[in-house]
Amino acid sequence: MTPGSTEHPLRVAVIGAGPAGFYVAEHLLRRTDLTIDVDLFDRLPTPYGLVRAGVAPDHQKIKAVTATFDKIAAHPRFRFYGGVELGKHIDVADLRTHYHQVVYTTGAQTDRRMDIPGEDLPGSHPATEFVAWYNGHPDYRDYQFDLSQERVAVVGVGNVAVDVARILCRTPEELARTDIAEHALEALRHSRVREVYLLGRRGAAQAAFTNPEIKELGEMEGADVVVRPEEVELDPLSRAALEQSGDRVGAKKVEILQSYARRAATGKPRRLTVRFLVSPTALLDNGGGGVGAIRLVRNRLVTSATGAIQAQATGQHEELAAGLVFRSVGYRGVPLPGVPFDDKWGVVLNEKGRVLDPETKHPLPGEYTAGWIKRGPSGVVGTNKPDAAETVTAMLEDAAAGHAPVPPEHDPAALDRLVRQRQPHVVGWSEWLRLNELEVARGRAHGRPREKFTRVDEMLEALGNRPRG
Amino acid sequence: MNIASILATKGDKVITIHAEQTIREALGVLAHHNIGALVVVDAGRRPIGILSERDVVRAAVKDEAVFPLLVSQLMTRDLVLGDPGDDLGAVGQTMVRRHIRHLPVVKGGQLVGMISIGDVVKAQRDYYQGEVDTLQTIVMEHGH
Repeated sequence: MTPGSTEHPLRVAVIGAGPAGFYVAEHLLRRTDLTIDVDLFDRLPTPYGLVRAGVAPDHQKIKAVTATFDKIAAHPRFRFYGGVELGKHIDVADLRTHYHQVVYTTGAQTDRRMDIPGEDLPGSHPATEFVAWYNGHPDYRDYQFDLSQERVAVVGVGNVAVDVARILCRTPEELARTDIAEHALEALRHSRVREVYLLGRRGAAQAAFTNPEIKELGEMEGADVVVRPEEVELDPLSRAALEQSGDRVGAKKVEILQSYARRAATGKPRRLTVRFLVSPTALLDNGGGGVGAIRLVRNRLVTSATGAIQAQATGQHEELAAGLVFRSVGYRGVPLPGVPFDDKWGVVLNEKGRVLDPETKHPLPGEYTAGWIKRGPSGVVGTNKPDAAETVTAMLEDAAAGHAPVPPEHDPAALDRLVRQRQPHVVGWSEWLRLNELEVARGRAHGRPREKFTRVDEMLEALGNRPRG
Repeated sequence: MNIASILATKGDKVITIHAEQTIREALGVLAHHNIGALVVVDAGRRPIGILSERDVVRAAVKDEAVFPLLVSQLMTRDLVLGDPGDDLGAVGQTMVRRHIRHLPVVKGGQLVGMISIGDVVKAQRDYYQGEVDTLQTIVMEHGH
């Protein structure tokens, strides 16, 4: 008998409460022809994944998507288990005991390395660590960044690189209007950063940032934006590609950057320089054991066999002084305990969301994946919706075909008992809603959208749930 | 968005065949895996050609006795190879313009996967759909 009836609901566990996890839950719970229970787990007490811990604090509008997630969470067959970690409190065997199907939606949690000498010198950090720190992620609460440095280089021109550069350039007054973590706001108030460099490998036309993002850089209260005219001149390859594709958005991007190149400095206290066609080849010691400069190689653009534009090193080098470096050259998923991993792409080994057995390459019954840990880090928040839909289609096809393994324990209360026994400080959805209200109230007192709790113990204490230890 | 984001959800296997195998064997592989084309590789797993169902159909119209022929006799040797870092925008345009349905992908000279024009269209559709959804959410939820 296939599960999904009122008497025998299909029981699904989703691991990771970011956008992909919520969209999987949404696609399952909106089925009116099937009865499905969804339990959403997260290792943090708080939900929303990168919408809370990744999206920049001065981009509150993007965070509005949490209202959609809250509607999903209000479904009577949805439960949230915050503060419960796979491999620590529960394992894959527990999940197989209690659920027909498990979906891994844990995202891409680590930075790709640049693989250049000096990469690990003190003062060189993955950009995501800085992002998690200023967004109040509890794991990064006590990280230190040397903001006494005047010159900072951010390697990359994707959304994260641009966010980091912008946060470094914002005035304390601008930041105080956001929900940036209190400890980060305090540290940034004392920042002595004056020069920030964004370093793009390819040309202006290929840069990953969007037009609103690049426009925003030109409208900061305390920083001038600087672009070298020769680096945003449209090369013949990029011109041909833009014309052939009729890409007006790309053409507009180049236009905005060219207008920056013509701008005169207005004497704002900080300067953000956006560079193109350069790749770091080494980080250089400042003589005292920390990073002091970046060696860059200039690139030229070439087309690959498919017509894609790639960067090729010229052999012409330069040095850029910088006492603080953030690398943002891509992300990778982290292997999950007991789940097959595809090292080549840094994702859970899968075919259209079905997790595969690494030996046979056949689907593992009852195991699925969605989001960045399925396809790698690409797209915006909403891209996870069609991605989750593909996974859910596979899940429901398999369940209808009788391929959902029947769990020995199907009482939802039994799972609840197990989790509470393993993790007494589990945070449920109603508790999160209380925490949310407390954060918003704390923020309101200071004219801010919210003031986050940044330590797990602090969250538990606020909830009257005794801190551990 | 690049080719790697498509290959990430295609499992780890790339279905290949050798040039000295027969068309009978190749058709068996195509049918078994329910796919439309095979990458022809040499002993070092470097792609040297592609054999599609169309290649076989065209040959069969001229001569019914295609089964014993060798893959090397019908395969297309004029190969366009993709790189995992190639942007899907450019890849899609090139595939449409040159009527390429299947694109083998190579990393460091080694075959790492194959994508179809359908994969590219779907990835781009999902990307734009996601962008529209995000923009709509911003407008709807932030309307106050």
